Amino acid sequence: MNDDPNAFTLGPLQAGPPCCEPQPVIQVRNLSLRYNRQAALDNVSLDIYKGCITALIGPSGCGKTSFLSAINRMTDLIPGCSIDGRILVDNQDIHHPQCDVQALRRRIGMVFQKPAPFPLSIRRNIALPLNEHGTTQKTEVTAITETVLRDVGLWDEVCDRLDVSALSLSGGQQQRLCIARALALNPEILLMDEPCSALDPIASGVVEDLICSLQGRYTIVIVTHNLAQARRIANYAAFFWVKDQAGQLVEFGRCRHIFESPRDELTAAYVNGARG
Amino acid sequence: MLLRAKQQIRDGVIQGLIYLAVLLVSLVFFWMLFDLAHGGAAHLSWQFLTESPIDAGRAGGIASILVSTALILLVALTASVPLAWATAVLLAEFVPAESAFGKIVRFSLYVLAGVPSIVFGLFGNAFFSIYLELGFSILSGGLTLACMLLPILTSTAEAGLRAVPDTYRSSAAALGLSRTVALTHLILPAAAPTLAAGLLIGIGRALAETAALLFTSGYVDRMPGSLLDSGRALALHIFDLSMNVPGGDNPAYASALVLVSLLLCINILAMKLAYGLQRKKIMT
Ligand SMILES: Nc1ncnc2c1ncn2[C@@H]1O[C@H](COP(=O)(O)OP(=O)(O)OP(=O)(O)O)[C@@H](O)[C@H]1O
Ligand SMILES: [Mg+2]
Repeated sequence: MNDDPNAFTLGPLQAGPPCCEPQPVIQVRNLSLRYNRQAALDNVSLDIYKGCITALIGPSGCGKTSFLSAINRMTDLIPGCSIDGRILVDNQDIHHPQCDVQALRRRIGMVFQKPAPFPLSIRRNIALPLNEHGTTQKTEVTAITETVLRDVGLWDEVCDRLDVSALSLSGGQQQRLCIARALALNPEILLMDEPCSALDPIASGVVEDLICSLQGRYTIVIVTHNLAQARRIANYAAFFWVKDQAGQLVEFGRCRHIFESPRDELTAAYVNGARG
Repeated sequence: MLLRAKQQIRDGVIQGLIYLAVLLVSLVFFWMLFDLAHGGAAHLSWQFLTESPIDAGRAGGIASILVSTALILLVALTASVPLAWATAVLLAEFVPAESAFGKIVRFSLYVLAGVPSIVFGLFGNAFFSIYLELGFSILSGGLTLACMLLPILTSTAEAGLRAVPDTYRSSAAALGLSRTVALTHLILPAAAPTLAAGLLIGIGRALAETAALLFTSGYVDRMPGSLLDSGRALALHIFDLSMNVPGGDNPAYASALVLVSLLLCINILAMKLAYGLQRKKIMT
Protein backbone atom coordinates (compact mmCIF):
# COMPACT_ATOMS: atom_id res chain seq x y z
CA MET A 1 0.00 0.00 0.00
CA ASN A 2 1.04 3.51 -0.70
CA ASP A 3 0.98 5.78 2.32
CA ASP A 4 0.84 9.02 0.41
CA PRO A 5 -2.73 10.37 0.84
CA ASN A 6 -2.59 11.83 -2.65
CA ALA A 7 -1.61 8.57 -4.25
CA PHE A 8 -5.13 7.93 -5.42
CA THR A 9 -5.56 11.10 -7.35
CA LEU A 10 -3.77 11.56 -10.59
CA GLY A 11 -3.82 15.31 -10.70
CA PRO A 12 -4.46 17.20 -13.94
CA LEU A 13 -5.10 15.24 -17.06
CA GLN A 14 -4.27 15.83 -20.65
CA ALA A 15 -6.97 14.04 -22.54
CA GLY A 16 -10.01 15.60 -24.20
CA PRO A 17 -13.63 16.25 -23.16
CA PRO A 18 -15.55 16.00 -20.96
CA CYS A 19 -12.74 15.84 -18.47
CA CYS A 20 -10.18 18.12 -19.98
CA GLU A 21 -9.49 19.84 -16.71
CA PRO A 22 -10.61 17.67 -13.90
CA GLN A 23 -12.00 19.69 -11.05
CA PRO A 24 -12.67 17.73 -7.92
CA VAL A 25 -16.26 18.31 -6.87
CA ILE A 26 -16.29 15.72 -4.10
CA GLN A 27 -13.21 15.32 -1.97
CA VAL A 28 -13.21 12.42 0.43
CA ARG A 29 -10.48 12.54 3.02
CA ASN A 30 -9.57 9.71 5.38
CA LEU A 31 -13.10 8.40 5.47
CA SER A 32 -13.67 5.58 7.93
CA LEU A 33 -17.12 4.19 8.41
CA ARG A 34 -18.34 1.69 10.95
CA TYR A 35 -21.59 -0.07 11.69
CA ASN A 36 -21.75 -0.34 15.46
CA ARG A 37 -18.27 -1.70 16.16
CA GLN A 38 -17.66 -3.33 12.80
CA ALA A 39 -15.58 -1.23 10.44
CA ALA A 40 -16.87 -1.18 6.88
CA LEU A 41 -14.52 1.38 5.37
CA ASP A 42 -11.04 2.20 6.50
CA ASN A 43 -9.28 5.43 5.69
CA VAL A 44 -10.52 6.06 2.17
CA SER A 45 -9.38 9.18 0.35
CA LEU A 46 -10.64 9.90 -3.10
CA ASP A 47 -11.53 12.75 -5.44
CA ILE A 48 -14.56 12.70 -7.69
CA TYR A 49 -14.20 14.92 -10.72
CA LYS A 50 -16.80 17.24 -12.11
CA GLY A 51 -18.72 16.05 -15.13
CA CYS A 52 -17.03 12.66 -15.12
CA ILE A 53 -18.34 9.19 -14.54
CA THR A 54 -16.53 7.44 -11.74
CA ALA A 55 -17.08 3.72 -11.32
CA LEU A 56 -16.66 2.00 -7.98
CA ILE A 57 -15.73 -1.62 -8.39
CA GLY A 58 -14.81 -4.39 -6.00
CA PRO A 59 -16.13 -7.58 -4.51
CA SER A 60 -19.34 -7.85 -2.55
CA GLY A 61 -19.16 -6.43 0.96
CA CYS A 62 -16.18 -4.18 0.34
CA GLY A 63 -18.12 -1.06 1.24
CA LYS A 64 -19.11 0.43 -2.10
CA THR A 65 -22.70 1.08 -1.04
CA SER A 66 -21.51 2.42 2.29
CA PHE A 67 -19.13 4.80 0.53
CA LEU A 68 -21.87 6.00 -1.78
CA SER A 69 -24.36 6.58 1.02
CA ALA A 70 -21.81 8.51 3.03
CA ILE A 71 -21.60 11.10 0.25
CA ASN A 72 -25.21 12.25 0.57
CA ARG A 73 -25.40 11.38 4.25
CA MET A 74 -27.91 8.60 3.75
CA THR A 75 -25.82 6.86 6.40
CA ASP A 76 -27.52 9.18 8.91
CA LEU A 77 -30.60 7.01 8.56
CA ILE A 78 -28.81 3.83 9.60
CA PRO A 79 -28.79 3.35 13.36
CA GLY A 80 -25.32 2.58 14.67
CA CYS A 81 -23.50 3.91 11.64
CA SER A 82 -20.70 6.30 12.48
CA ILE A 83 -18.30 8.18 10.26
CA ASP A 84 -14.80 9.54 10.67
CA GLY A 85 -12.99 11.73 8.23
CA ARG A 86 -14.12 14.51 5.97
CA ILE A 87 -16.17 14.73 2.85
CA LEU A 88 -16.12 18.02 0.99
CA VAL A 89 -18.66 18.79 -1.68
CA ASP A 90 -17.69 21.97 -3.52
CA ASN A 91 -15.29 22.61 -0.67
CA GLN A 92 -18.09 22.53 1.90
CA ASP A 93 -17.77 19.97 4.66
CA ILE A 94 -21.01 17.98 4.55
CA HIS A 95 -20.72 17.10 8.23
CA HIS A 96 -20.55 20.74 9.23
CA PRO A 97 -23.37 21.48 11.67
CA GLN A 98 -24.65 24.22 9.39
CA CYS A 99 -24.86 21.96 6.36
CA ASP A 100 -28.47 21.59 5.26
CA VAL A 101 -28.87 17.86 4.69
CA GLN A 102 -32.03 18.22 2.64
CA ALA A 103 -30.41 20.74 0.34
CA LEU A 104 -27.37 18.50 0.09
CA ARG A 105 -29.48 15.52 -0.91
CA ARG A 106 -31.26 17.64 -3.43
CA ARG A 107 -27.94 18.52 -5.04
CA ILE A 108 -26.78 14.91 -4.88
CA GLY A 109 -29.34 12.62 -6.42
CA MET A 110 -29.28 8.92 -5.65
CA VAL A 111 -30.53 5.86 -7.49
CA PHE A 112 -30.79 2.66 -5.52
CA GLN A 113 -29.91 -0.84 -6.51
CA LYS A 114 -33.53 -1.98 -6.30
CA PRO A 115 -36.00 0.18 -8.22
CA ALA A 116 -37.91 2.09 -5.52
CA PRO A 117 -40.71 4.14 -7.04
CA PHE A 118 -43.30 5.56 -4.68
CA PRO A 119 -46.69 3.82 -4.67
CA LEU A 120 -48.14 6.77 -6.54
CA SER A 121 -48.91 7.49 -10.15
CA ILE A 122 -46.01 7.98 -12.56
CA ARG A 123 -46.82 11.66 -12.71
CA ARG A 124 -46.97 12.07 -8.93
CA ASN A 125 -43.67 10.24 -8.51
CA ILE A 126 -41.95 13.09 -10.26
CA ALA A 127 -44.26 15.88 -9.15
CA LEU A 128 -44.09 15.14 -5.42
CA PRO A 129 -40.40 15.94 -4.91
CA LEU A 130 -40.67 18.89 -7.30
CA ASN A 131 -43.63 20.32 -5.39
CA GLU A 132 -41.93 19.88 -2.07
CA HIS A 133 -38.86 21.67 -3.35
CA GLY A 134 -40.87 24.69 -4.40
CA THR A 135 -41.78 24.02 -8.03
CA THR A 136 -45.52 24.20 -7.70
CA GLN A 137 -46.57 25.66 -11.05
CA LYS A 138 -48.44 23.01 -12.90
CA THR A 139 -47.19 23.87 -16.36
CA GLU A 140 -43.62 23.89 -15.14
CA VAL A 141 -44.00 20.54 -13.42
CA THR A 142 -45.56 19.06 -16.54
CA ALA A 143 -42.74 20.40 -18.68
CA ILE A 144 -40.06 19.03 -16.37
CA THR A 145 -41.84 15.68 -16.20
CA GLU A 146 -41.82 15.38 -19.96
CA THR A 147 -38.20 16.46 -20.25
CA VAL A 148 -36.84 14.00 -17.72
CA LEU A 149 -38.99 11.15 -18.97
CA ARG A 150 -37.64 11.82 -22.46
CA ASP A 151 -34.13 11.94 -21.02
CA VAL A 152 -34.48 8.44 -19.65
CA GLY A 153 -36.24 7.19 -22.78
CA LEU A 154 -39.44 6.44 -20.94
CA TRP A 155 -41.68 9.09 -22.45
CA ASP A 156 -42.81 7.14 -25.49
CA GLU A 157 -43.55 4.11 -23.35
CA VAL A 158 -45.67 5.87 -20.73
CA CYS A 159 -46.87 9.19 -22.16
CA ASP A 160 -50.43 7.90 -22.52
CA ARG A 161 -50.65 6.43 -19.04
CA LEU A 162 -48.97 8.91 -16.74
CA ASP A 163 -51.72 8.46 -14.18
CA VAL A 164 -51.38 4.73 -13.64
CA SER A 165 -49.50 3.46 -10.62
CA ALA A 166 -45.73 3.48 -10.99
CA LEU A 167 -45.74 0.02 -9.47
CA SER A 168 -47.41 -1.33 -12.60
CA LEU A 169 -44.30 -0.58 -14.64
CA SER A 170 -41.72 -3.24 -15.37
CA GLY A 171 -38.55 -3.36 -13.27
CA GLY A 172 -36.48 -1.64 -15.93
CA GLN A 173 -39.09 1.05 -16.45
CA GLN A 174 -39.32 1.56 -12.70
CA GLN A 175 -35.58 2.02 -12.49
CA ARG A 176 -35.62 4.54 -15.30
CA LEU A 177 -38.49 6.34 -13.59
CA CYS A 178 -36.35 6.53 -10.45
CA ILE A 179 -33.51 7.99 -12.46
CA ALA A 180 -35.93 10.47 -14.02
CA ARG A 181 -37.22 11.38 -10.58
CA ALA A 182 -33.70 12.08 -9.42
CA LEU A 183 -32.94 14.11 -12.56
CA ALA A 184 -36.10 16.18 -12.15
CA LEU A 185 -34.59 17.93 -9.15
CA ASN A 186 -31.70 18.98 -11.39
CA PRO A 187 -28.96 17.62 -9.17
CA GLU A 188 -25.29 18.32 -9.82
CA ILE A 189 -24.16 14.90 -8.75
CA LEU A 190 -25.79 11.53 -9.30
CA LEU A 191 -24.96 8.52 -7.16
CA MET A 192 -26.00 5.20 -8.66
CA ASP A 193 -25.81 1.95 -6.75
CA GLU A 194 -25.75 -0.91 -9.23
CA PRO A 195 -28.58 0.65 -11.23
CA CYS A 196 -28.59 -2.19 -13.74
CA SER A 197 -28.23 -5.20 -11.50
CA ALA A 198 -31.97 -5.88 -11.26
CA LEU A 199 -32.50 -5.45 -14.98
CA ASP A 200 -32.42 -7.71 -17.98
CA PRO A 201 -29.67 -7.12 -20.55
CA ILE A 202 -31.85 -4.99 -22.81
CA ALA A 203 -33.15 -2.73 -20.05
CA SER A 204 -29.66 -2.67 -18.65
CA GLY A 205 -28.37 -1.54 -22.01
CA VAL A 206 -30.95 1.24 -22.14
CA VAL A 207 -29.96 2.47 -18.70
CA GLU A 208 -26.29 2.24 -19.63
CA ASP A 209 -26.84 4.35 -22.74
CA LEU A 210 -28.74 6.79 -20.61
CA ILE A 211 -25.87 7.09 -18.14
CA CYS A 212 -23.45 7.66 -20.99
CA SER A 213 -25.67 10.40 -22.36
CA LEU A 214 -25.66 12.10 -18.97
CA GLN A 215 -21.88 12.31 -18.97
CA GLY A 216 -20.67 15.88 -18.83
CA ARG A 217 -24.01 17.22 -17.65
CA TYR A 218 -23.82 15.53 -14.29
CA THR A 219 -21.09 14.21 -12.12
CA ILE A 220 -21.84 10.54 -11.78
CA VAL A 221 -20.59 7.99 -9.30
CA ILE A 222 -21.72 4.51 -10.18
CA VAL A 223 -21.27 1.21 -8.37
CA THR A 224 -21.22 -1.75 -10.68
CA HIS A 225 -20.29 -5.41 -10.58
CA ASN A 226 -20.21 -5.47 -14.32
CA LEU A 227 -16.59 -4.75 -15.15
CA ALA A 228 -17.25 -4.58 -18.87
CA GLN A 229 -19.88 -1.97 -18.19
CA ALA A 230 -17.56 0.00 -15.94
CA ARG A 231 -14.99 -0.09 -18.67
CA ARG A 232 -17.44 1.08 -21.29
CA ILE A 233 -18.95 4.02 -19.45
CA ALA A 234 -16.56 5.27 -16.81
CA ASN A 235 -13.85 7.90 -17.03
CA TYR A 236 -12.42 7.02 -13.65
CA ALA A 237 -12.50 3.86 -11.64
CA ALA A 238 -11.92 3.16 -7.97
CA PHE A 239 -11.15 -0.36 -6.86
CA PHE A 240 -12.13 -1.37 -3.32
CA TRP A 241 -11.01 -4.47 -1.51
CA VAL A 242 -11.55 -5.93 1.95
CA LYS A 243 -8.41 -5.92 4.07
CA ASP A 244 -8.48 -6.73 7.78
CA GLN A 245 -12.27 -7.04 7.54
CA ALA A 246 -12.67 -3.45 6.44
CA GLY A 247 -13.10 -2.07 2.97
CA GLN A 248 -10.17 -0.10 1.63
CA LEU A 249 -9.48 1.79 -1.52
CA VAL A 250 -6.75 -0.09 -3.36
CA GLU A 251 -6.43 1.92 -6.49
CA PHE A 252 -8.00 4.92 -8.11
CA GLY A 253 -7.28 6.28 -11.51
CA ARG A 254 -8.45 6.76 -15.04
CA CYS A 255 -10.58 3.91 -16.11
CA ARG A 256 -8.19 2.89 -18.85
CA HIS A 257 -5.28 2.73 -16.48
CA ILE A 258 -7.17 0.66 -13.95
CA PHE A 259 -8.23 -1.84 -16.54
CA GLU A 260 -5.21 -1.90 -18.80
CA SER A 261 -2.24 -1.05 -16.66
CA PRO A 262 -3.16 -1.30 -13.00
CA ARG A 263 -0.39 -0.51 -10.55
CA ASP A 264 -1.60 -2.87 -7.87
CA GLU A 265 -1.51 -6.60 -8.41
CA LEU A 266 -4.83 -7.07 -6.55
CA THR A 267 -6.45 -4.75 -9.05
CA ALA A 268 -4.84 -6.59 -11.91
CA ALA A 269 -6.09 -9.90 -10.58
CA TYR A 270 -9.59 -8.56 -10.02
CA VAL A 271 -10.09 -6.85 -13.36
CA ASN A 272 -8.71 -9.86 -15.13
CA GLY A 273 -11.25 -12.00 -13.38
CA ALA A 274 -8.75 -13.96 -11.34
CA ARG A 275 -10.21 -13.05 -7.96
CA GLY A 276 -13.35 -11.61 -6.40
CA MET B 1 -43.52 -48.88 0.83
CA LEU B 2 -44.50 -49.49 4.44
CA LEU B 3 -42.99 -46.12 5.37
CA ARG B 4 -45.09 -44.40 2.71
CA ALA B 5 -48.26 -45.98 4.06
CA LYS B 6 -47.37 -45.02 7.61
CA GLN B 7 -46.76 -41.43 6.59
CA GLN B 8 -50.02 -41.33 4.72
CA ILE B 9 -51.94 -42.59 7.72
CA ARG B 10 -50.27 -40.05 9.97
CA ASP B 11 -51.03 -37.21 7.55
CA GLY B 12 -54.60 -38.40 7.33
CA VAL B 13 -55.06 -38.49 11.08
CA ILE B 14 -53.60 -35.04 11.53
CA GLN B 15 -55.75 -33.64 8.77
CA GLY B 16 -58.81 -35.25 10.31
CA LEU B 17 -58.06 -33.70 13.68
CA ILE B 18 -57.61 -30.28 12.14
CA TYR B 19 -60.92 -30.54 10.30
CA LEU B 20 -62.59 -31.65 13.52
CA ALA B 21 -61.25 -28.62 15.37
CA VAL B 22 -62.39 -26.29 12.62
CA LEU B 23 -65.78 -27.94 12.62
CA LEU B 24 -66.14 -27.56 16.38
CA VAL B 25 -65.20 -23.90 16.31
CA SER B 26 -67.62 -23.05 13.54
CA LEU B 27 -70.26 -25.20 15.21
CA VAL B 28 -70.01 -23.15 18.40
CA PHE B 29 -70.24 -19.94 16.41
CA PHE B 30 -73.24 -20.99 14.33
CA TRP B 31 -74.99 -22.52 17.29
CA MET B 32 -74.66 -19.23 19.15
CA LEU B 33 -75.90 -17.32 16.17
CA PHE B 34 -78.81 -19.69 15.73
CA ASP B 35 -79.69 -19.50 19.40
CA LEU B 36 -79.67 -15.71 19.30
CA ALA B 37 -81.73 -15.56 16.14
CA HIS B 38 -84.14 -18.10 17.53
CA GLY B 39 -84.64 -16.23 20.79
CA GLY B 40 -84.44 -12.68 19.52
CA ALA B 41 -85.73 -12.49 15.97
CA ALA B 42 -89.37 -12.64 17.00
CA HIS B 43 -88.91 -9.69 19.32
CA LEU B 44 -86.87 -7.67 16.86
CA SER B 45 -88.72 -5.03 14.88
CA TRP B 46 -88.39 -1.51 13.62
CA GLN B 47 -90.22 -0.31 16.72
CA PHE B 48 -87.74 -2.13 18.93
CA LEU B 49 -84.97 -0.08 17.38
CA THR B 50 -86.77 3.26 17.52
CA GLU B 51 -88.53 3.22 20.89
CA SER B 52 -87.03 3.83 24.27
CA PRO B 53 -87.20 1.11 26.89
CA ILE B 54 -90.27 0.93 29.13
CA ASP B 55 -90.58 -0.90 32.43
CA ALA B 56 -86.84 -1.55 32.82
CA GLY B 57 -86.64 -2.81 29.26
CA ARG B 58 -89.34 -5.45 29.45
CA ALA B 59 -91.33 -3.45 26.94
CA GLY B 60 -90.44 -0.73 24.45
CA GLY B 61 -87.19 -0.78 22.53
CA ILE B 62 -83.55 0.18 22.71
CA ALA B 63 -83.38 3.58 20.97
CA SER B 64 -81.91 5.42 23.96
CA ILE B 65 -79.50 2.56 24.53
CA LEU B 66 -78.26 2.78 20.94
CA VAL B 67 -77.82 6.53 21.26
CA SER B 68 -75.88 6.16 24.52
CA THR B 69 -73.72 3.44 22.99
CA ALA B 70 -72.95 5.61 19.99
CA LEU B 71 -72.09 8.58 22.20
CA ILE B 72 -69.84 6.52 24.47
CA LEU B 73 -68.11 5.15 21.38
CA LEU B 74 -67.72 8.63 19.94
CA VAL B 75 -66.13 9.95 23.13
CA ALA B 76 -63.85 6.92 23.37
CA LEU B 77 -62.63 7.21 19.78
CA THR B 78 -62.22 10.97 19.82
CA ALA B 79 -60.05 10.69 22.88
CA SER B 80 -58.05 7.60 21.98
CA VAL B 81 -57.50 7.64 18.22
CA PRO B 82 -55.40 10.83 17.94
CA LEU B 83 -53.36 9.86 20.98
CA ALA B 84 -52.83 6.28 19.87
CA TRP B 85 -51.91 7.14 16.31
CA ALA B 86 -49.56 9.91 17.37
CA THR B 87 -47.86 7.47 19.73
CA ALA B 88 -47.61 4.90 16.95
CA VAL B 89 -46.04 7.42 14.58
CA LEU B 90 -43.58 8.41 17.27
CA LEU B 91 -42.68 4.79 18.02
CA ALA B 92 -42.45 3.62 14.43
CA GLU B 93 -40.92 6.64 12.74
CA PHE B 94 -39.02 8.75 15.17
CA VAL B 95 -37.79 6.55 18.00
CA PRO B 96 -35.16 3.90 17.21
CA ALA B 97 -36.70 0.47 17.70
CA GLU B 98 -34.10 -0.51 20.26
CA SER B 99 -34.18 2.67 22.33
CA ALA B 100 -35.07 2.55 26.03
CA PHE B 101 -37.91 5.01 25.53
CA GLY B 102 -39.54 2.88 22.87
CA LYS B 103 -39.13 -0.23 24.96
CA ILE B 104 -40.71 1.39 28.02
CA VAL B 105 -43.68 2.71 26.08
CA ARG B 106 -44.17 -0.61 24.31
CA PHE B 107 -43.95 -2.52 27.58
CA SER B 108 -46.52 -0.26 29.25
CA LEU B 109 -48.89 -0.73 26.36
CA TYR B 110 -48.36 -4.46 26.53
CA VAL B 111 -49.23 -4.53 30.20
CA LEU B 112 -52.19 -2.22 29.66
CA ALA B 113 -53.52 -4.56 26.99
CA GLY B 114 -53.57 -7.40 29.49
CA VAL B 115 -55.42 -5.57 32.25
CA PRO B 116 -58.92 -7.01 32.77
CA SER B 117 -61.64 -4.59 31.83
CA ILE B 118 -63.21 -4.61 35.31
CA VAL B 119 -59.97 -3.05 36.56
CA PHE B 120 -60.33 -0.33 33.94
CA GLY B 121 -63.85 0.13 35.26
CA LEU B 122 -62.63 0.59 38.81
CA PHE B 123 -59.92 2.96 37.68
CA GLY B 124 -62.37 4.94 35.56
CA ASN B 125 -64.76 5.18 38.46
CA ALA B 126 -62.05 6.38 40.84
CA PHE B 127 -60.41 8.76 38.39
CA PHE B 128 -63.00 10.11 35.99
CA SER B 129 -66.20 9.72 38.01
CA ILE B 130 -64.96 10.68 41.45
CA TYR B 131 -61.64 12.48 41.18
CA LEU B 132 -62.53 14.51 38.09
CA GLU B 133 -66.12 14.74 39.33
CA LEU B 134 -67.62 13.60 36.06
CA GLY B 135 -69.92 11.26 37.94
CA PHE B 136 -71.71 8.41 36.21
CA SER B 137 -71.70 9.86 32.76
CA ILE B 138 -71.19 9.06 29.12
CA LEU B 139 -68.04 11.16 29.33
CA SER B 140 -66.44 9.10 32.09
CA GLY B 141 -67.52 5.88 30.40
CA GLY B 142 -66.12 7.00 27.05
CA LEU B 143 -62.84 8.14 28.58
CA THR B 144 -62.47 4.85 30.44
CA LEU B 145 -63.02 2.99 27.19
CA ALA B 146 -60.47 5.26 25.55
CA CYS B 147 -57.84 4.07 28.04
CA MET B 148 -58.77 0.51 27.19
CA LEU B 149 -58.50 1.11 23.45
CA LEU B 150 -55.13 2.85 23.58
CA PRO B 151 -52.98 -0.29 23.53
CA ILE B 152 -54.82 -2.04 20.72
CA LEU B 153 -55.03 1.06 18.55
CA THR B 154 -51.39 1.93 19.12
CA SER B 155 -50.00 -1.52 18.49
CA THR B 156 -51.99 -2.13 15.31
CA ALA B 157 -51.03 1.30 13.99
CA GLU B 158 -47.38 0.80 14.85
CA ALA B 159 -47.34 -2.58 13.15
CA GLY B 160 -48.98 -1.03 10.09
CA LEU B 161 -46.43 1.77 9.92
CA ARG B 162 -43.54 -0.65 10.35
CA ALA B 163 -44.89 -2.79 7.53
CA VAL B 164 -44.44 0.11 5.11
CA PRO B 165 -41.27 -0.70 3.15
CA ASP B 166 -38.19 1.21 4.25
CA THR B 167 -37.43 1.97 0.62
CA TYR B 168 -40.13 4.64 0.69
CA ARG B 169 -38.37 6.33 3.56
CA SER B 170 -34.89 6.09 2.05
CA SER B 171 -36.05 7.13 -1.44
CA ALA B 172 -37.83 10.12 0.05
CA ALA B 173 -34.78 11.05 2.10
CA ALA B 174 -32.52 10.68 -0.93
CA LEU B 175 -34.72 13.16 -2.79
CA GLY B 176 -34.23 15.66 0.00
CA LEU B 177 -37.78 15.32 1.30
CA SER B 178 -38.36 15.91 4.98
CA ARG B 179 -39.63 13.17 7.24
CA THR B 180 -42.94 14.95 7.63
CA VAL B 181 -43.45 14.99 3.90
CA ALA B 182 -42.58 11.32 3.65
CA LEU B 183 -44.96 10.59 6.49
CA THR B 184 -47.94 12.51 5.18
CA HIS B 185 -47.55 11.74 1.48
CA LEU B 186 -46.20 8.21 1.49
CA ILE B 187 -46.16 6.34 4.75
CA LEU B 188 -49.54 7.20 6.24
CA PRO B 189 -51.41 6.54 2.96
CA ALA B 190 -49.60 3.23 2.61
CA ALA B 191 -50.49 2.29 6.18
CA ALA B 192 -54.08 3.56 5.96
CA PRO B 193 -55.72 0.14 5.49
CA THR B 194 -54.04 -1.23 8.62
CA LEU B 195 -54.93 1.88 10.57
CA ALA B 196 -58.54 1.47 9.50
CA ALA B 197 -58.55 -2.23 10.32
CA GLY B 198 -57.14 -1.50 13.79
CA LEU B 199 -59.78 1.17 14.26
CA LEU B 200 -62.54 -1.29 13.42
CA ILE B 201 -61.13 -3.87 15.83
CA GLY B 202 -61.08 -1.16 18.49
CA ILE B 203 -64.70 -0.24 17.77
CA GLY B 204 -65.63 -3.89 18.09
CA ARG B 205 -63.94 -4.07 21.48
CA ALA B 206 -65.64 -0.92 22.68
CA LEU B 207 -69.07 -2.09 21.54
CA ALA B 208 -68.72 -5.35 23.39
CA GLU B 209 -67.51 -3.80 26.63
CA THR B 210 -69.60 -4.18 29.76
CA ALA B 211 -67.44 -4.32 32.87
CA ALA B 212 -65.56 -1.10 32.25
CA LEU B 213 -68.81 0.80 31.79
CA LEU B 214 -70.62 -0.60 34.79
CA PHE B 215 -69.06 1.85 37.23
CA THR B 216 -68.48 4.72 34.87
CA SER B 217 -71.29 5.46 32.44
CA GLY B 218 -73.83 3.82 34.69
CA TYR B 219 -77.06 2.19 33.71
CA VAL B 220 -79.71 4.84 33.41
CA ASP B 221 -81.76 3.84 30.37
CA ARG B 222 -83.25 7.24 29.61
CA MET B 223 -82.37 9.08 26.42
CA PRO B 224 -79.18 11.02 27.35
CA GLY B 225 -79.50 14.81 27.20
CA SER B 226 -75.78 15.55 27.25
CA LEU B 227 -72.43 13.87 27.61
CA LEU B 228 -72.62 14.42 31.35
CA ASP B 229 -75.78 12.32 31.60
CA SER B 230 -75.53 8.71 32.51
CA GLY B 231 -76.19 6.38 29.59
CA ARG B 232 -76.54 2.66 29.29
CA ALA B 233 -74.48 0.84 26.67
CA LEU B 234 -75.93 -1.99 24.63
CA ALA B 235 -73.81 -4.73 26.18
CA LEU B 236 -74.70 -3.47 29.63
CA HIS B 237 -78.37 -3.43 28.71
CA ILE B 238 -78.19 -7.11 27.81
CA PHE B 239 -76.43 -7.86 31.07
CA ASP B 240 -79.00 -5.96 33.09
CA LEU B 241 -81.99 -7.48 31.29
CA SER B 242 -80.83 -11.01 31.75
CA MET B 243 -79.50 -10.71 35.31
CA ASN B 244 -81.72 -8.18 37.06
CA VAL B 245 -85.00 -8.04 35.17
CA PRO B 246 -87.31 -11.03 35.50
CA GLY B 247 -89.11 -11.46 32.20
CA GLY B 248 -86.45 -9.57 30.29
CA ASP B 249 -85.22 -12.54 28.33
CA ASN B 250 -86.82 -11.74 24.99
CA PRO B 251 -85.64 -8.13 24.78
CA ALA B 252 -82.25 -9.34 26.00
CA TYR B 253 -82.04 -11.78 23.13
CA ALA B 254 -83.17 -9.19 20.63
CA SER B 255 -80.59 -6.67 21.93
CA ALA B 256 -77.91 -9.34 21.78
CA LEU B 257 -78.89 -10.05 18.20
CA VAL B 258 -78.49 -6.37 17.35
CA LEU B 259 -75.11 -6.23 19.07
CA VAL B 260 -73.81 -9.37 17.41
CA SER B 261 -74.98 -8.20 14.00
CA LEU B 262 -73.15 -4.91 14.53
CA LEU B 263 -70.00 -6.73 15.59
CA LEU B 264 -70.28 -9.10 12.67
CA CYS B 265 -70.54 -6.22 10.21
CA ILE B 266 -67.53 -4.54 11.75
CA ASN B 267 -65.48 -7.70 11.66
CA ILE B 268 -66.36 -8.41 8.07
CA LEU B 269 -65.38 -4.86 7.19
CA ALA B 270 -62.08 -5.25 9.04
CA MET B 271 -61.39 -8.53 7.29
CA LYS B 272 -62.17 -7.02 3.91
CA LEU B 273 -59.71 -4.23 4.59
CA ALA B 274 -57.02 -6.60 5.76
CA TYR B 275 -57.59 -8.82 2.75
CA GLY B 276 -57.44 -5.87 0.39
CA LEU B 277 -54.20 -4.84 2.00
CA GLN B 278 -52.72 -8.27 1.58
CA ARG B 279 -53.71 -8.46 -2.05
CA LYS B 280 -52.21 -5.08 -2.67
CA LYS B 281 -48.97 -6.28 -1.14
CA ILE B 282 -48.87 -9.36 -3.31
CA MET B 283 -49.54 -7.34 -6.40
CA THR B 284 -46.72 -4.90 -5.77
N1 LIG C 1 -27.00 -1.46 7.72
C1 LIG C 1 -25.90 -2.17 8.04
N2 LIG C 1 -25.70 -2.59 9.30
C2 LIG C 1 -24.60 -3.30 9.63
N3 LIG C 1 -23.65 -3.64 8.76
C3 LIG C 1 -23.77 -3.26 7.49
C4 LIG C 1 -24.90 -2.51 7.05
N4 LIG C 1 -24.78 -2.26 5.73
C5 LIG C 1 -23.62 -2.84 5.37
N5 LIG C 1 -23.01 -3.43 6.41
C6 LIG C 1 -21.72 -4.13 6.37
O1 LIG C 1 -20.75 -3.26 5.84
C7 LIG C 1 -19.93 -3.94 4.90
C8 LIG C 1 -19.96 -3.21 3.58
O2 LIG C 1 -21.26 -3.29 3.04
P1 LIG C 1 -21.71 -2.57 1.70
O3 LIG C 1 -23.15 -2.73 1.54
O4 LIG C 1 -21.19 -1.18 1.70
O5 LIG C 1 -20.93 -3.45 0.62
P2 LIG C 1 -21.02 -3.39 -0.95
O6 LIG C 1 -19.64 -3.19 -1.44
O7 LIG C 1 -22.04 -2.41 -1.39
O8 LIG C 1 -21.47 -4.86 -1.30
P3 LIG C 1 -22.38 -5.35 -2.52
O9 LIG C 1 -21.50 -5.33 -3.72
O10 LIG C 1 -22.76 -6.74 -2.14
O11 LIG C 1 -23.55 -4.45 -2.62
C9 LIG C 1 -20.44 -5.36 4.82
O12 LIG C 1 -19.57 -6.17 5.57
C10 LIG C 1 -21.80 -5.33 5.46
O13 LIG C 1 -22.00 -6.50 6.21
MG1 LIG D 1 -23.96 -2.61 -2.40
